[in-house]
This record gives sequence, C-alpha cells and structure tokens, in this order.
Amino acid sequence: MSEEMYKQMAQCIIDGDSDIAIELAKKSIELKMHPLETITKGFVIGVNYIGDQFGLGEAFLPELVMAGEAMKAAVAVLEPELLKLGEAREMLGRVVLATVEGDIHEIGKTLVGTMLSASGFEVVDLGVDQPADKIIGKALEINANLIGMSALLTTTMVRQREVIEELDKEGLRPRIKVMVGGAPITRDWVTKIKADGYSEDAIGAVKVAKDLVGKGDQ
Amino acid sequence: MQPKLTLLSDEIIARILEEAHELLLCPGVKVQNPGARDLLATAGAVMYPDNDVVGIPASLVRKALESVPREFYLYDYDGNPTVHYGGDDVHFDPGSSGIAMLNPETLEHDTTETEHLIRLLKVAEQLPQYDAQSTAVICHDVPKDIQDSYRLYLVLLHSKKPIVTGAFTNKTVQEMIDMLSIFAGSAQAAREKPRAIFDVCPAPPLIWSNFGAGNLIALARAGIPAEIVSVPLSGAAAPVTMLGTVTQHTAECFAGIVIHQLAQAGSPIVWGGAAAIFDMRKGATPMGAVETAMLDCSYAQVAKTLNMPTHTYLGATDSKLVDAQAGLESGISAMVGALSGINMISGSGMLDFLACHSAEKLVLDAEGIAMAKRMIGGVKLHTDTLATGFYDDKINFKGGDFLKQKVTMQLFQKEQHLPSSVIDRDSTRAWKAAGSLDAFGRARIRVTELLASYKRPEIDPAQEHRLHAFMLDLTKKTGVDILPLLEHYQPA
Repeated sequence: MSEEMYKQMAQCIIDGDSDIAIELAKKSIELKMHPLETITKGFVIGVNYIGDQFGLGEAFLPELVMAGEAMKAAVAVLEPELLKLGEAREMLGRVVLATVEGDIHEIGKTLVGTMLSASGFEVVDLGVDQPADKIIGKALEINANLIGMSALLTTTMVRQREVIEELDKEGLRPRIKVMVGGAPITRDWVTKIKADGYSEDAIGAVKVAKDLVGKGDQ
Repeated sequence: MQPKLTLLSDEIIARILEEAHELLLCPGVKVQNPGARDLLATAGAVMYPDNDVVGIPASLVRKALESVPREFYLYDYDGNPTVHYGGDDVHFDPGSSGIAMLNPETLEHDTTETEHLIRLLKVAEQLPQYDAQSTAVICHDVPKDIQDSYRLYLVLLHSKKPIVTGAFTNKTVQEMIDMLSIFAGSAQAAREKPRAIFDVCPAPPLIWSNFGAGNLIALARAGIPAEIVSVPLSGAAAPVTMLGTVTQHTAECFAGIVIHQLAQAGSPIVWGGAAAIFDMRKGATPMGAVETAMLDCSYAQVAKTLNMPTHTYLGATDSKLVDAQAGLESGISAMVGALSGINMISGSGMLDFLACHSAEKLVLDAEGIAMAKRMIGGVKLHTDTLATGFYDDKINFKGGDFLKQKVTMQLFQKEQHLPSSVIDRDSTRAWKAAGSLDAFGRARIRVTELLASYKRPEIDPAQEHRLHAFMLDLTKKTGVDILPLLEHYQPA
C-alpha cells in the first residue's frame, strides 16, 4: 500500500500537480504514514527525478517550477504533523534570497529559490530592491547560514559588495556564507568582492549552495 | 494566418506576363530537341528551321496552363503523401548535384564519392526539417555513364523520404524513370504515387537544350513530376534588372510547360528555378546574395498568380566553410523562401555556389529551416482570452509567476521552437564546460551522433533485389562488373 502511495506521490510531483500532492499528503496523514518518510520516500523522489531530467535537457523550466510548487504544497500539509511528532525535516541549510537595492530583476533569483527549496533548503525570498540592512536583518532573524544576492545591472552589482562588507564589519562571516548571481557577475567580480560562491544559472546554484553549507555530497 | 512576403504589384506581374509572351514570339525560344520541335510545330508554333528557334504564341501557353495540375503530392516509401506541391505549403530538401564535400577534419573540399552521398543521406534522413532527400552529390567513383542512376539508386536504398533528383542526359532520365518503375513494381505504380521529382533546366537565355527538352518529354509521358529549374543570371545570361530577369524566367517556364504539356497534357510540372545575380567583380553567381532571394520571391509570386506549384534554390551559401557568412546567407535566404510560400526550397547543406556539400551545414541549416517554418507558422490564438485568463489569485506580482502555470507547460512547445544542441543557449559556464565550441564544432558533434544513430530503412527484399539487379545491369553495360562496396551489400 505504502509503496503504491509513494509512487503516486513521486508522480504527482513529476506532473507538477499541486492539488494531487495535497490530496496524497492528507491521505498519508489519515493512513498514519510517517510524514518524514512520506516526504523522503515519496515526494522527494519526484523532485529529484525532474531535476535530473532537467539536467539532461529532457524536462523544461515550467515542469521544474511546477514540481517545486507541488513539493511545497505537499510539505506544507505534512510539516504540522512533523511538529506534532516533535520532529523536523532535516534541511540542507537556511537561505535568505534577495535582489539588491535599486534592482528589480526577479526571475533568475526566483528560479534559484525554487531550485534550492525543491532541493531541501529552507528559503526566505525577500524579493527585489532590498537594502543591505534588510537582507542582513532577515538572515540574523532566521539564523540563516547562507545569503544569496542577485543583481542584473552593472550599476547595481556594487550593492553586493556593500552587503558583504557590512557582514564582515559585523563579524558575521564565515558563519553566514554569501553567494551571488546575475547576468553581469563574473568570477573576477566574485573574487574582487570576496563572495563565497556564484553560479550562472539556477541549477548550478544548488551545487554551489550545497558546497557552501558543507553538504556537497547530498 | 501564414505570413507572406511579396515584392511585386499586380500591375507589374501583368506586365511581366505580357512581356514574357512577347519574348516567346520575338526573339522566340531556341529548342534544340527535334522531338520537342515536332510537338511545337504540330501545335501551330512558328518554326525557324535555320536556327532551331521557335515562336510560341500565347494561345499555346494558355492551353498548356489549362491542363497543368495545380497541385500534386510526392510520396514516401510507405506510400504516404508527405510533400504537397501547391498553394503556399513550404518544404525543404538538401541541394543537389554537388561535386565536392567539405571534409570536417581538413576543411578541404574533397571530390565526392559514394561514401559522401551516403553520409549526407544518413544525416538528412533523421532531420525532420528536410521533407525530401535529394541526389545531393555526384559519385565520382562510378563510371560517368551511370552516375545519374547510381545516385538515385543510393537514395532509394538509404531513405524513405520523397526524392528531388534529376538527370544530365536523355538516356539517363529514361533509366531513372525505369528504375523508379521497377522499384515501385510497375510504371503505373510509379506514376500513381510518385516518389521522386526531376529537376529539368533550360539554358539561359531562352534555350531549351536537347537534353532539357528531352527530359521534359520523357517525364511528361511517364507521368513522373518535372520541376523546371530556370537559371537566369542577371546581367550576364539575363537582363541586369530584376524585373527583366524575372520576365525571362517566366518566358523560359512558359516554353517548358508548353513542351511538357504537349508531350502529355495533365502531367505534373513545377514552376521553379535557381535564378541568381551575376557578381560583376568575380564573375560568380552568388546564391547567398539577397538579390538572388529577391528574384526567387518575385518569380514565385508570378507563379502564384497562375496558380502553379513552385520551387526554388535558396538556403545555400557562397562561403567555402560552415562559418558566419554561411549562417547568415543560408538563414536569411531560407527565411525569404519560406515567407514566399515556395513549395520546395532546395539548396540546404551547400557551400561554394552550389558546388560543395557539407553534412555539418545540413544540420546547421536544419535549425534555420526550423526558424523559417516557425515564422510561417504565424502568431496563433491558443486561448479564449488573450491575456486576462493568465492572471488569477495565484499571481503574486513576481517574475516567474507564469512558469508555475499548467498552461505554460501545455503551450510553450506550440509557441516556441526548441532548437537542437547545434544552437547555443547555454550559460557561459555550461558553454565552456562543453568545450567552448562554435556552431561548426557543435554541428560536427551532431553529425557524428546522427551517423551513429542512423538505421537503414527496412525495404522489401524483393524490391531491393530488383533494384540491385537493375543497377548492376546498367553498370555492366559500361564494361564494369562491380560497384563500390556498401555497408550492407556488395553490388557485384
């Protein structure tokens, strides 16, 4: 019975069907299945599959994003049950994402958020046009171990350096690692501003994030 | 709505037709085939026996145009009608009759042999952008007398697609017609579901040579489709003006259609060509010139006023390598051809004024063709509302919202063409990780993949046996007992 349910759970994620994901998550609670196992043996299998397919060029961004959304929907149903059991899903890390102040470009950063979230990170996405104090404040508030900053303009990428300098001034690094991204960002820039990592795309960002939080093998 | 490119006004087209009729009477058309002259004389044309010139009155043209089929199909091996000549349907096939092939390792233009044609066939067979195969290159490793038939033989063995071909003599066109009949089982079967169409060229200006006119007659009588490939060269073998060139092209097509329909009324024939400008610095005939594409678009427009099926030569380049010039000339001209609604556009894969073929260019050109076909697919209405239906309570005013919608997944492949790995849309990181290749480098990899994945079509053994026997018989008549070894067969 469980095996069949797990298969259906993985499939609904692959299909990007949030409604069925919610339905199956509720059903698993009724059947008193363990919520953590439901996530890891059911839904996560689907996320991993679609991520692999995307990497191979066999799946497309809408499928990836919809799988991420379906995963989020299922986890939202199961998390209260985990809490009741006094357990929590082991997250790979806690991330604050933002597009820097003066910059309103969002899609790349949102995709990174979706990918990180689907890969097992807890993600707080602050949105666009976020000043340094807000980004750092949120990181401290949720005890984040990673900040991800996006900038799409050469005029706004300097804000990434400001955030890093502020973190250094407060002595918050290396506790909080910083990854950056955006069209004008180069490896030279990353070295110059002393960021910890960068990626040119959302898929690459997952690996960078895992490496930065010491979970590169997962 | 299929987008269309038109360059001529109705008034100009009327004048082109009028002056083409005048040209057919004065200076007339040189018809070097006695059988064609007999047909024309019997039909009432004005004969000038001293110089083989024939004056063709407008009444003969009108009569011929009345009996010409306005549409017909070419069929694949399984008997499916896959190429539609008529209306504004657009198809592409690789260029024909190259004499060299780009060696992707040395970048030399190697003289073509059996292996080169097979390489091209294997690649084009797997690219859906090519609706038909062509007898793409001449195989110099077989006796000259059988080179025409041998090319068709190789295509029949290696492809299921319809075939654009042609013959260089009156003897070989008949042999090729016989080959098609034998392969199809009977002359009637070959006629009812034609697998191949034959390019037939008049010589500019206003000449139907002995073998050109002879081919027309043989094809008409066999009921095998013919495709007129009129090649006026603006400024050298045709008037320097585009309108003058298109008018000469019209006259040459008119004359060809008259001869063809006199031989057998109702036989299928196509209004086609490989018109080009003449380069006044190099004495060359640039196939990648924009004016060449404009000539083709113009004559296709003339054909469409007569409701004739159409063909042209575009999608080729004059560059010697698969480089930036090759990409821009081939891509732009393929787009012009598609927007002109031309039924068969030949030329892809070809470099160097149609002399040299390249398998790597075939895969790159397939991407240009895909873009051109996407363009003529037009902007479609897929949803009840245009935009308002996409916005609901789940929209949170964040970029990327639409990636979450089911309808995005359902429709994006209808709206967007997904190119193959030949087109680079990677991030710089991924591009470097893949070897920092340019388009030619990526095309080389794709060709290697396609050659590895090719599987020869399953052909009825009895048919294949008949084909081998026919080809060997032709070969032996040239005093040779053996043909080049094929992967699956030693024809001897």
